[in-house]
Amino acid sequence: MYPSRFNYESPSTIEEAIALLDAGRGEAKILAGGQSLVPMLKLRFAAPETLVDINNIPGLGYHHFDDAGALHIGALCRHEDIEKSAVIAERQPTIAAAAPLVADPIVRTRGTFVGSVCHGDPQGDWAACMIALDGYVVAQGPNGRREIPVKSFVTGPFQNVLAHNEIAVEAVVPAPRGEARGAYLKLERRVGDFATAAVAVALDMSGDVVLRAGIALTGVGGTTVNASEAAESLTGSTLDADSIARAAELAAAAAQPRSDHRGSASYKRHIVNTFTARALSGIASSSERAA
Amino acid sequence: MTSLYEEVSVTPVDVPVRRVTITVNGERRAADVEPRLLLAHLLRQGFGLTGTHTGCDTTNCGACTVLFDGRPVKSCTMLAVQADGHDVQTVEGLASASELHPIQEGFKEEHGLQCGYCTPGMMMAAKALLEENPDPSEDEIRWALSGNLCRCTGYQNIVKAVLWAADKLRASAG
Repeated sequence: MYPSRFNYESPSTIEEAIALLDAGRGEAKILAGGQSLVPMLKLRFAAPETLVDINNIPGLGYHHFDDAGALHIGALCRHEDIEKSAVIAERQPTIAAAAPLVADPIVRTRGTFVGSVCHGDPQGDWAACMIALDGYVVAQGPNGRREIPVKSFVTGPFQNVLAHNEIAVEAVVPAPRGEARGAYLKLERRVGDFATAAVAVALDMSGDVVLRAGIALTGVGGTTVNASEAAESLTGSTLDADSIARAAELAAAAAQPRSDHRGSASYKRHIVNTFTARALSGIASSSERAA
Repeated sequence: MTSLYEEVSVTPVDVPVRRVTITVNGERRAADVEPRLLLAHLLRQGFGLTGTHTGCDTTNCGACTVLFDGRPVKSCTMLAVQADGHDVQTVEGLASASELHPIQEGFKEEHGLQCGYCTPGMMMAAKALLEENPDPSEDEIRWALSGNLCRCTGYQNIVKAVLWAADKLRASAG
């Protein structure tokens, strides 16, 4: 299989890339890792007139925590960079848990975090993590930069709010209030398959009290599901059997799964309940050990 | 040996092309390519390196795995133009003129293949693993090869082959 013909551009600055997008009037598309876009080009689900390859723009492969504790992930930071990152393993448990579960090890050498968020696949692991973490995308266009919360960034399957001449230059996880705790649990039939269901949990904790909670669900709706009621039920409380069971029930109720070849809707809902409880119990028991 | 600057054309004459120069298995190669040409196709049809197999053509199976600047990539999921100025290693780059690479020897000794279709991708993924981790556990090998599908072997002998290669490489390094 091969894609439709397109013009290929490989700018060396973000400004040039934005100018190319602007000139494309909606018919130009950014190529970052290409691990979703190239297959879509080959299947001709996508047929842009122009591809703007950003891989030759220097300085976009970074990830780092700033002085305030926010995690910044550049547009060319690959899944593998995150998987191997000592600083993320130490400081951002939700992202660290999801990294080895994205696609397969070879796709992870090429695919990018920011590209995956932009792609807006309801099966995407990173969107769930970013929603649970209250993360945002920094978009740059001809008139400068703006910040877009991931909760309102994806508007539907494979759709986001970026203007035709805007590039998502980085994703940011805000600094936690207190200690960042979290998990990402995913059920997949085999490596590289889409999730049957997955649950992202991100908590900011002070001692054993939850200051802020985020719970988001992968693969159980037309877009990533923000289980906000489940998360809010935890805010201000401790993690005990009752609060965990309540949050797990609310998360399962927020899921909108459909029966398909990966499982029945009720099975997927059950998985969401189980994974939410398991993630929260794991955080609670490791807090006890640390205390 | 072919010349250092062997030129090939894999596109019709009336289509806009871009000149790319790629170091393939240590040798600089140039080609005029249409932007939509996939790296796997340039390697196979352009450079005649048919050891890189295209299996699923949908980013699943990993038969087309090559090393791009030392890291494994699925060459059916990259454009050939993106390899301009970069280093690519294919399965043809493993053996020297006189002897097999220890990874190839391992696959031979441990019967790590049956039909052989997935083997080039398996070996390149294994090479990337062993360069990073010379003494992997069985689990680590299974993990590193989890983006490569084999429908014949059940993986057991592939894992043994990589363990065999790791032993030999460590012995020759030490």
